[in-house]
Amino acid sequence: MIIKGKTWRFGSDIDTDAIIPARYINTSEPEALAKHCMEDADPEFSKKVSQGDIIVAGSNFGCGSSREHAPIAIKAAGVSCIIATSFARIFYRNALNLALPIFECDEAFNCIKEGDIVEADTATGVIKNLTTGKALQATPFPKFMQLILAEGGLMEHVKNKIDRN
Amino acid sequence: MGMTITEKILAAHTDEERVMPGQLINARLDVVLGHDVTGPIAINEFEKLGIDQVFDPEKIILVPDHFTPNKDIKSAEQAKQLREFAKKHKITNYFEVGRMGIEHCLLPEKGLVLPGDLIIGADSHTCTYGALGAFSTGVGSTDMAAGMATGELWLKVPSSIKFIFKGADFNQWVSGKDLILYAIGQIGVDGARYQAMEFTGEGISSLSMDSRLTMCNMVIEAGGKNGIISPDDTTLKYVNARTKRDYKVYQSDPDAEYAMVYEFKTKDIEPQIAFPHSPANTRNISDVGDIKIDQVVIGSCTNGRIEDLRIAASLMEGKKVHDNVRCIIIPGTQDIYLQAVHEGLVDIFVNAQAVVSTPTCGPCLGGHMGILAKGEKALATTNRNFVGRMGHPESEVYLSNPAIAAVSAIAGRIAHPSEVK
Repeated sequence: MIIKGKTWRFGSDIDTDAIIPARYINTSEPEALAKHCMEDADPEFSKKVSQGDIIVAGSNFGCGSSREHAPIAIKAAGVSCIIATSFARIFYRNALNLALPIFECDEAFNCIKEGDIVEADTATGVIKNLTTGKALQATPFPKFMQLILAEGGLMEHVKNKIDRN
Repeated sequence: MGMTITEKILAAHTDEERVMPGQLINARLDVVLGHDVTGPIAINEFEKLGIDQVFDPEKIILVPDHFTPNKDIKSAEQAKQLREFAKKHKITNYFEVGRMGIEHCLLPEKGLVLPGDLIIGADSHTCTYGALGAFSTGVGSTDMAAGMATGELWLKVPSSIKFIFKGADFNQWVSGKDLILYAIGQIGVDGARYQAMEFTGEGISSLSMDSRLTMCNMVIEAGGKNGIISPDDTTLKYVNARTKRDYKVYQSDPDAEYAMVYEFKTKDIEPQIAFPHSPANTRNISDVGDIKIDQVVIGSCTNGRIEDLRIAASLMEGKKVHDNVRCIIIPGTQDIYLQAVHEGLVDIFVNAQAVVSTPTCGPCLGGHMGILAKGEKALATTNRNFVGRMGHPESEVYLSNPAIAAVSAIAGRIAHPSEVK
């Protein structure tokens, strides 16, 4: 899958409390969560973000709580993928399970400015900054995880497995 | 080449003789845990599968502990969904308000998590149970749903980091909380990302079970996948008093391979304070300076156990909480609460003009029972001090052990027990 969008930049160690504060997780309804997406990192984000936009961040994105409300909020806000130097492990799993594409790439944070237009390929891990022309390589997903992404997330994968048996 | 305790437990839950760091495995699960905030998403995902039953109703544990007793209507709906799912699927280990506790205090206490188990929980602090010599890790709701349906989950075998705490000569008032805050301060909030944190040395063997649970509880704050301590006499005495279920004790081989080894001298470690807004932003108590506080919270899955309450009470007896401070004390479970009543600890707290709450995660994650206003500062025995964690995005949370929290509540500022008469 090729994803193309305008980028928004965040720093390192963006925790899930910043992505979706606990004061809003008395519901898991995606639209309600989207209204507060990234609120404690950038209170205006949910108003500024458009469908298909891309988040670019430093290391350890999504650290802290296991709340799946975080990737749900990001996905429901219209974000098409996240490119970061690294992800916290529970967030990494949650994003994959929800089929929200994520890219781990060392150079991306330094090579993408806010507002740059970026194209990313989930199959190859190639990220192109269309604004600057620079191409970057993210760590590609192992085949097993690519399969989960292609099937539309972990529950679809489990369902297919149950159906096959 | 030998294996670490983490690798041995993971291998024992597959059909393979041995596993290697980086290997993707499909592991059989002994326990799948969820609560009132993560459970509803898992239930919705589970129900999309269209299957009639969970893989094993006795291996699923549901604890409404985050926003309970229900803080608002939406939270009540979430708790209701968890309750109805538990009834429908005959989940025996569902713990209602009045019978519950903060899950990571409750499960070890009830003997539901044992050495050698493989546990997943839709809560990041599920790593707590590594203190019993189990492999235990936090996951999201969809993973929980898949676990409830199939009894299996894919995992990547983590490499291990060994932390050796040399010497059992602790400075006064230093507890497991200080050892783990110190370690996080040394390696940073992603210092153990995707990795196992294995704790060993005389400093660890001399720790109580409560303090070990506190240590493993916070490995997620360094990005760790699991924390783990090899079972010893302290562990077995704790476990045998609580269960009749079989369990298996694993130890790391002497030639097991570690990605990194850290050695700390226990005697060099002072009580630690994590400054806003990161658990890795630690300072020695002697370097803190004058920080006035508005609220103190003693409790949570990190420090809501009986040892924690005893230490706090020993320092608050006959004293009064400072005029400018609200002090909130939250026993981790109903049994801990009752024990605190029997031992007279609740008398001491109430006489000191502290609030004693029913078990709940409450203020730790800014849910309820002690939310901070703009500009307020809290000292808490909890696990996270991120921006907005306990309330307003412009409030601040400092983290400490229960002794420091108790004397600070009396002093009205972050203080060492030696400063308060």
